[in-house]
Amino acid sequence: MTSEAHSTSNYIKIFWILLALTVIEVAIVYMGLPKMLLASLLVIFAVWKAALVAMHFMHLKFEKKTLTIVALAPFVLCIFLVLMLMPDIFPH
Amino acid sequence: MSEAVAVHGGAEANETPLTPENWGKLGMWLFLAGDAMSFGCLIVGYGILRHASTKWPIPAQVLGINLTAFMTFLLIVSSVWMVLALAAIQEGNKAKFNKFLGLTILGGAMFLGCQAYEWTHLLQHRLPELNIFFSTDLFATTFFILTGFHGLHVTGGVIYNTCVLAAVNRGRYQAKHVEIAGLYWHFVDLVWILIFTFVYLL
Repeated sequence: MTSEAHSTSNYIKIFWILLALTVIEVAIVYMGLPKMLLASLLVIFAVWKAALVAMHFMHLKFEKKTLTIVALAPFVLCIFLVLMLMPDIFPH
Repeated sequence: MSEAVAVHGGAEANETPLTPENWGKLGMWLFLAGDAMSFGCLIVGYGILRHASTKWPIPAQVLGINLTAFMTFLLIVSSVWMVLALAAIQEGNKAKFNKFLGLTILGGAMFLGCQAYEWTHLLQHRLPELNIFFSTDLFATTFFILTGFHGLHVTGGVIYNTCVLAAVNRGRYQAKHVEIAGLYWHFVDLVWILIFTFVYLL
């Protein structure tokens, strides 16, 4: 499993996916989609690309769970941060 | 090679993240988690200020995204070069390693060059044309803080990678050190992917 997963061709494959997603992102910005649809698509693509980099280039997919927990901690904290700031964002 | 197997080990019994061989990697991950919080705070702050402001330009129209898309491409490519450099040194191929880590450093330096050009252009031409000023406009302030903080990370990464390149060639660093440097470099790439979407495209 490991030798195949770490093969150079796999890295090149991930590169092409990242490149394609970036091109699609830029293309849909120029297409002038409805605002909500555009925002949702862009967020999905960004998280998708970030996850690809973390799992394959940073090898999280092939590590012990401990490192994944460390890596996910800031995302959980950022969600808390947004929740805590909700009263400021939407005042009564 | 046995080290590479231990680090990436498919056989789980061989590896626990807290053995001394992996302390460096764990340490880098802990640092990156803290660093991610810094970026997280800046991005959340950007979002909240944007939401709370009555007047906020459409970033893509002010900033222009073609150059930035190219900069994203540069960082992604240099990330790929970094993993190829790591693969090369794990195979013990020093010449290939030097080539790919050199290219990684070059990619980072080119990114910084593009950013310097972008900032100069924005500050001298684009923003004054639109009557947006760095000192009084929240959009400009948050934009420069976010991209500047990231640019500093790229600068640090270029210096870090250069030191790693030198240390490997002097025989002081091995594959595991390159892997740790790689984690930092991919993190910088990952953060740029998010900044590109949240600051430039949205």
